[in-house]
Amino acid sequence: MRYHTPSSFEDASAIAAAATGVTRFLAGGTDVLVQLRSDLVTPDDLIDIKRIAGVRDITRRDDGGWRIGAAASGVELAEHEALIAEWPGVVEALELIGSTQIQARCTLVGNLCNGSPAADSVPAMIAAGATVNVVSPEGAREIAVEDVPTGPGMTSLGPGEVVSAVNLPPRGEGGGDAYLRFIPRTEMDIAVVGAGVNLVREGETITAARVALGAVAPTVLLVEEARAALVGSTLDDSALAALAKAAEAACRPISDKRGTVEFRTHVAGVLTRRAAKIAYGRAGA
Amino acid sequence: MIHVSTTVNGDAHELLCDPRETLLDALRDRLELTGAKEGCGTGDCGACTVLLDGRPVCSCLVLAAEAEGHEVRTVEGIADGEELHPLQRKFIEHAALQCGICTPGILVAAKALLERNPDPSETEVRYWLAGNLCRCTGYDKIIRAVLDAAGEMREAT
Repeated sequence: MRYHTPSSFEDASAIAAAATGVTRFLAGGTDVLVQLRSDLVTPDDLIDIKRIAGVRDITRRDDGGWRIGAAASGVELAEHEALIAEWPGVVEALELIGSTQIQARCTLVGNLCNGSPAADSVPAMIAAGATVNVVSPEGAREIAVEDVPTGPGMTSLGPGEVVSAVNLPPRGEGGGDAYLRFIPRTEMDIAVVGAGVNLVREGETITAARVALGAVAPTVLLVEEARAALVGSTLDDSALAALAKAAEAACRPISDKRGTVEFRTHVAGVLTRRAAKIAYGRAGA
Repeated sequence: MIHVSTTVNGDAHELLCDPRETLLDALRDRLELTGAKEGCGTGDCGACTVLLDGRPVCSCLVLAAEAEGHEVRTVEGIADGEELHPLQRKFIEHAALQCGICTPGILVAAKALLERNPDPSETEVRYWLAGNLCRCTGYDKIIRAVLDAAGEMREAT
């Protein structure tokens, strides 16, 4: 295995593009190094991006949003008060991953690029309307988070493409987001269902919303029908019922040791409703 | 092999490591710091916990090469010479260990908690240490030892 420490994303991309064997990018290593140690994936080229300047930075964008470097860890987000004030759902989703030790290393971008349908931070990022910056030998582009996962363990990123940062949009007035997951215990487990809700209120009325579900389909889902159930409502009982129904209808889960199809579908409705209430409360605060 | 310059418990070290070599293996096999233990090898059990730039990490999930230019602290650096750290004393007093494999990782993680939060609640201690598994104690004595040490350290300051 060759271990590379490029000093720019362009160099990282060039190394990956020139590589002929198994290639992995290393940020926090909480998936890549587990796979290495378990002999699941032994990279021929391992490209550590952490020596790239600014790769852990969390910075305010000119448009009022945020740019979160690809190697910013869970604990670095959890200690960023201004970010938490605007996007508590995104931060709490990343914070749910693993232990104190894992939090010192795990990243939003790693969670996304690992391609797990149960990745906790991904529904929260999709609900937030987050994008990622992709650097490739052809140049840089910005794509929506929901366009990255294509199936369990798979992404739309091609050879030589590397994600350099996550962008969160400007929060603006009257916005709030939330993420909830179900696990059979209180800590240290993988989502059976995850639900992210982000919405904007004008007074009591919801004017914009995005709802994303995790662990109920081969990829994290952006649920258009759930948006439709929320927008124009005051989150009254009938809107909540329509929201839960839309979330349940979007589910295409598997049955496994963590939960059955029926259980996951039911819980998706429950969690979406609860997350919407939290987001609505935050938006009105 | 990769040349790695790193600081461990305040001492500068130069190492030659295989690219796949973990920080845990480098600490144990090259520096003979065998306090950190390998439990699961996949970041689930916390027995290999060390501080990397002041934050607890599973050293089985850090490559030795990643420690280049960074500061590592292990359980060997907790005591002041022959004098045990209050956490170490309280672990003995409360019998907060049996086989002892998990203890170094728990001491390192607990010390990091008390440096951030000198007065944690029982719940905060339990959640902070959720990534440190113990098959012997049932955790209760560990939690009591950490809370007792925290109390003593608060009185001392």
